[in-house]
Amino acid sequence: MHHEKFPKIPKPATDKEEAALRLVIPANEEAVREGLSTIKSGLSDLEFSQDEWSTLELVVAEVLNNIVVHAYQERNDGMIETHMDHSNGSLLCKIIDTGNPMPGGELPNKPQSDLTCATEDLPEGGFGWFLIRQLTKDLNYGRMEDQNVLTFRLKFGEAS
Amino acid sequence: MKLNHKDFEDARLVTVCENRIDAVCAIQFKDEMRKLTDEGPTRVILDLSQVEFLDSSGLGAVVAALKAKKLEQTLELAALQPAVEKVFHLTRMDTVFVIHDSATTAVEGAIDAS
Repeated sequence: MHHEKFPKIPKPATDKEEAALRLVIPANEEAVREGLSTIKSGLSDLEFSQDEWSTLELVVAEVLNNIVVHAYQERNDGMIETHMDHSNGSLLCKIIDTGNPMPGGELPNKPQSDLTCATEDLPEGGFGWFLIRQLTKDLNYGRMEDQNVLTFRLKFGEAS
Repeated sequence: MKLNHKDFEDARLVTVCENRIDAVCAIQFKDEMRKLTDEGPTRVILDLSQVEFLDSSGLGAVVAALKAKKLEQTLELAALQPAVEKVFHLTRMDTVFVIHDSATTAVEGAIDAS
């Protein structure tokens, strides 16, 4: 057992913009595409680099499409709620749906596929969670009553 | 999903005329690509210069196109934008495909057959 460190006190926002956004969309692929564009324009005051915008779009696309395909599966009345909060150079995302829970109550954690196989054996799927894990921090999943709640951070606007 | 193609003597250049290959159009892309490779020459070059966004469904569809090609054919990629290149790089799919900087360099030397 170890003591948890006190959380670091974040530096006060100086030149970094603060922004928050909430978006509710129906769970289908067309609405996801439109939602991504809404999120980008809703946060357009933030000074992200091209690379950061593409990371944001990719991660959110993967999460939302997973919900459409896996959490809601056969249902076509599902809704997805997205919250984004930007402060102190970090973008906190919370994505909520009321579809099926994650199998086993946990996020998939498949290792990277072996690509040294024959062409016909190459994987055509299973990249989504791998990409999400590569590009996010503090990724957390919980089932709250009938809701799936996924939270993660994208660390932006910091010298790397 | 609009795919244009131009034939050279031993190569077919397929240009994706959309700015995304995502979950909305991945299946359609896969089907169109299959048609274009089935009747295509030895080399098929996929020009992605207009594609600004590709997600894991899009990546899966490009891999499916590679798997659908005939044994004697090659499927090569050209002109990946940074956001697209990132997906190939993170998943190491950039080690599976021959990737050219541009469509022009990819077809260099191929004789115009149209």
